[in-house]
Amino acid sequence: MLAAQILGVGVLGPGLPDWPATAAVLRAECPYAAAASVLPPPAALPPAERRRAGRVVRLALAIGAQAVADAGISAGDLPAVFASSGGDGDNCHEICVALASAERAISPTRFHNSVHNAAAGYWSIAHGCQAPSTALCALDASFGAGLLEALLQLQAGTEAVLLVAYDVDDPPPLRAHRPVADAFGVALVLGVLGAAQKGRAGLQLTLTQAPTTRLAEPALEALRNAIPAARSLPLLQALSRQTQGCVVLDYLPEQRLQLQLTP
Amino acid sequence: MTRMDAVWIRHYTAASALGLGREATRATLEAGRSALAPCRFESAQLSTWVGEVAGVDAVRLPAAHAAYNCRNNRLAQLGLSQDGFAELARERIAHWGAARVGVFMGTSTSGVLETEIAYRQRDAHAGALPQGFEYRCAHNAFALTDYVRRVLGAAGPAVTICTACSSSAKVFAAARRMLAAGLIDAAVVGGVDSLCLTTLYGFHSLQLTAPGPCRPFDRTREGLSIGEAAAFAWLERPRGEPAGTDILLLGAGESSDAHHMSSPHPEGAGARRAMQAALQDAQLDASDVDYINLHGTGTPSNDAAEARAVHALFGSQLPCSSTKGASGHALGAAGALEAVICALALQAGLMPGGLNTRELDTSLQVHYLTRNRRAPLVRVLSNSFGFGGANCSLLFARADGARAG
Repeated sequence: MLAAQILGVGVLGPGLPDWPATAAVLRAECPYAAAASVLPPPAALPPAERRRAGRVVRLALAIGAQAVADAGISAGDLPAVFASSGGDGDNCHEICVALASAERAISPTRFHNSVHNAAAGYWSIAHGCQAPSTALCALDASFGAGLLEALLQLQAGTEAVLLVAYDVDDPPPLRAHRPVADAFGVALVLGVLGAAQKGRAGLQLTLTQAPTTRLAEPALEALRNAIPAARSLPLLQALSRQTQGCVVLDYLPEQRLQLQLTP
Repeated sequence: MTRMDAVWIRHYTAASALGLGREATRATLEAGRSALAPCRFESAQLSTWVGEVAGVDAVRLPAAHAAYNCRNNRLAQLGLSQDGFAELARERIAHWGAARVGVFMGTSTSGVLETEIAYRQRDAHAGALPQGFEYRCAHNAFALTDYVRRVLGAAGPAVTICTACSSSAKVFAAARRMLAAGLIDAAVVGGVDSLCLTTLYGFHSLQLTAPGPCRPFDRTREGLSIGEAAAFAWLERPRGEPAGTDILLLGAGESSDAHHMSSPHPEGAGARRAMQAALQDAQLDASDVDYINLHGTGTPSNDAAEARAVHALFGSQLPCSSTKGASGHALGAAGALEAVICALALQAGLMPGGLNTRELDTSLQVHYLTRNRRAPLVRVLSNSFGFGGANCSLLFARADGARAG
């Protein structure tokens, strides 16, 4: 049995600017108003990097910062797990366009930003964090894979870990082959159970064959399906309602993740 | 950190420029032969050398998985076909049950070569990619892991780790955590990265590729030589009485540089933390290590930073070398390829000398081997450091000497 407590939350998605606003929508206190995701420049990076930061880095750093602020802890020595279903399509597009041209001149910055762990690298630089970080991909199962890895790090003896799961839509022509609707990201600071700090909720994870928890509100259920990182929404809804209960999240085709929440 | 048990590397194999399978790989290392050659890959027009694997494009994937066809998955298939790895994997999957076997693969570019080629064939008006472009089965980083799990028939947790050049070192650490937690009974780990234009032109743009074969730890080293590889290991918890020559993963250490996206911390602070964490994880001292297989890319800054870190932790007497002068830098597959090299080294009692180095850089205060050395080895460390400052060190041992002696 893998277990943790949720110490902090960050969310950013279409019509969902942060965790408090998202929680209000998920509690049905206010209607969901879909609007394009707005990704702020990463304040924690030096000005040159801030200007050059692509959408993936903006999203990942924004939700990570929300989550550590919510948890009230320092990012400076917090291990981190970054999970994304596809990485930086804008950057990949520019490189492939350059490689298809006669000159094949790739910008060095574009090249080092092409790695899947670019957001993890910028996060560590922004916060001076020398703790381990990893960057995962499991296509549509990426949020689940990231959550599993984060809980396994706690099980292995880490006190707390930051999970940052994010997806950004690709530009054409890649977009036709990978129709992710918009940018969505969720970050959780997870701590070992029983630590002094009192989190938002306790969490227990098991693999299951039980059916996925769906969202009653059609627009939110559509969002859950439209962006892989939004497969986390049933967990966020349960968290927003602070009720004891069980949710099942999509993971791989053969299995799902059952999460037991204790407020 | 609480103490985690060692993991048994029950089987392993590799396909790289060094050769197909363990015997060919070992023979190339024993002969001290470099597999690097001037780059003739695809349409690349660069004066650099590469470690290309011959025959990758002749590999045919099983018909049921034809959608996954791309150079990276062909190389994966070539690797799985060596040393009976796929057969053993299927036998062990039948033993444990498919859902109890996890798959953890590292790659940096997966099948992006197909995307590069598709972009050349974009529709002149609409800019659309050609019919048959495969995002899910080729382009995406998970395509590799998905292919491996499908072709072997594993159905447990699966993930691609994509931290540039430390990707397939980190898979060992992640799989070990999942084994320790009891979520799985066995794991396929490994790395596959294949030549593509993004990395060839990208490293060139950063002026990190050498014009000739890479010369790690040479006084006038000029950069790296890109290689490619598929390397796999089968992990289980140790059985009751391990044989002497069984190979164990005793510890893993990870860290972040928090310094720069494409150059290492000049003092090797992140590298040092990773190595220290691996020792701590295995509850061993620096003096318990017999040999280090260095990251040793041959770029001026990498080798200098790594040497400082090694010197700070191990002093100047511990034998170490980079095998990238022989194989090239297999990027996201380097960690797994060098894990295989470490396992071969432990079993053969062979410390492979670093190749191509003409004049050792005496400012690097480590005992860098430029010739093969034969000696009984018990514990060896393998370093992998990636862009974004993602570092990982792995500590391997023979079962007959796993504990500090």
